Amino acid sequence: MIFNEKITSFHLDVLKEIGNIGAAHAATALSSLLNKKIDMHVPKVEMVSFNEMMELVGGAENLVVGIFLRIEGDVEGSMFFVLPIEQANQFIRGLIRDETFDFSAPNIPELGLSAMQEMGNILSGSYLSALSDFTNLKLYPTVPGLSIDMFGAIISIGLIELSHISDHVIVINTSIIDAELGDEESVRGHFFLLPDPESFETLFKALGVA
Amino acid sequence: MLKTNEVIKVGIAQMDVVKPPHTIRTSGLGSCVGVILYDESKQIAGLIHVMLPDSTLGRATALNVAKFADTGIEALIDLLKVEGVQPFKLKAKIAGGAQMFKFASDKDSMRIGPRNVEAVKEQLRKNRIPLIAEDTGGNSGRTIEFDPVSSKLNIRTVNQGVSEI
Repeated sequence: MIFNEKITSFHLDVLKEIGNIGAAHAATALSSLLNKKIDMHVPKVEMVSFNEMMELVGGAENLVVGIFLRIEGDVEGSMFFVLPIEQANQFIRGLIRDETFDFSAPNIPELGLSAMQEMGNILSGSYLSALSDFTNLKLYPTVPGLSIDMFGAIISIGLIELSHISDHVIVINTSIIDAELGDEESVRGHFFLLPDPESFETLFKALGVA
Repeated sequence: MLKTNEVIKVGIAQMDVVKPPHTIRTSGLGSCVGVILYDESKQIAGLIHVMLPDSTLGRATALNVAKFADTGIEALIDLLKVEGVQPFKLKAKIAGGAQMFKFASDKDSMRIGPRNVEAVKEQLRKNRIPLIAEDTGGNSGRTIEFDPVSSKLNIRTVNQGVSEI
């Protein structure tokens, strides 16, 4: 199956709805967790090459905080919540009330790490349960993993499944905006949903497009 | 062509060849493995950014050979032959194959790092290319850069700084 060829721009548009519903719930959860205003952008759904994927958050070498989980169930895929260091610092400082906390420090305090982990849990949980309610699909997320490293090293794990059959990836990308930090590309957090190729048919059926 | 030092950048699932005064680099290796094949006397080297161990697992019709350890290393040797390198003179250095996230999952793709490293080593053995140095495993991303003049591979990680093999 060459899944790239069957998918039209109409299909990509339909997938936007997933990004919309999922990320809106996650942004609301984030907003009440941090007690601050969080906005989100209109989701982008793109078919990109692996190397274009690396450019979505400032290049393969860019240092980011990444939460990753696998989705199992009716639809399988990978999900990432990626924050530039500055944005992640801002969130966690607010959450643990420690203005000195820094993800780029050599020894990151355990408290901040587990707060980040927990934030990843809550956000991915609200993203996926909204998606599951909307589509009536069973989605079982794994426990999210946390890594503070180069974006390329983090995101490539999500490309493994589909790289067996394709050199391109369909990415449902929703970015969030923290009003205090402004809307510079360099501080934007991103939700990335990368469905496995076999799951697109199920997804489209659930969304009412054959 | 300019004679200034340029860094040739190799993306994920890509490969290229380098000659002095240039160097060759690939960024953000996670579970992927960067393989350098080099001829010390001729000062020519090739770099490939391998993503998957085995092309027979691939189900695509049109193969990107550089994506897989088995087809990729063969293809890189061919590319170096075109540059006049004799395969028996080639040596190898490798880096990458980390496990970026530690959690339990049945999916094979979660253990892809170590499997990539194994597959690369197997291909090197098959082609009788000695592995001179490696920096593999762990759970850090790596950016690597090779200088064909010194035959040194520079490795940068976020947490452990810079090293050279």
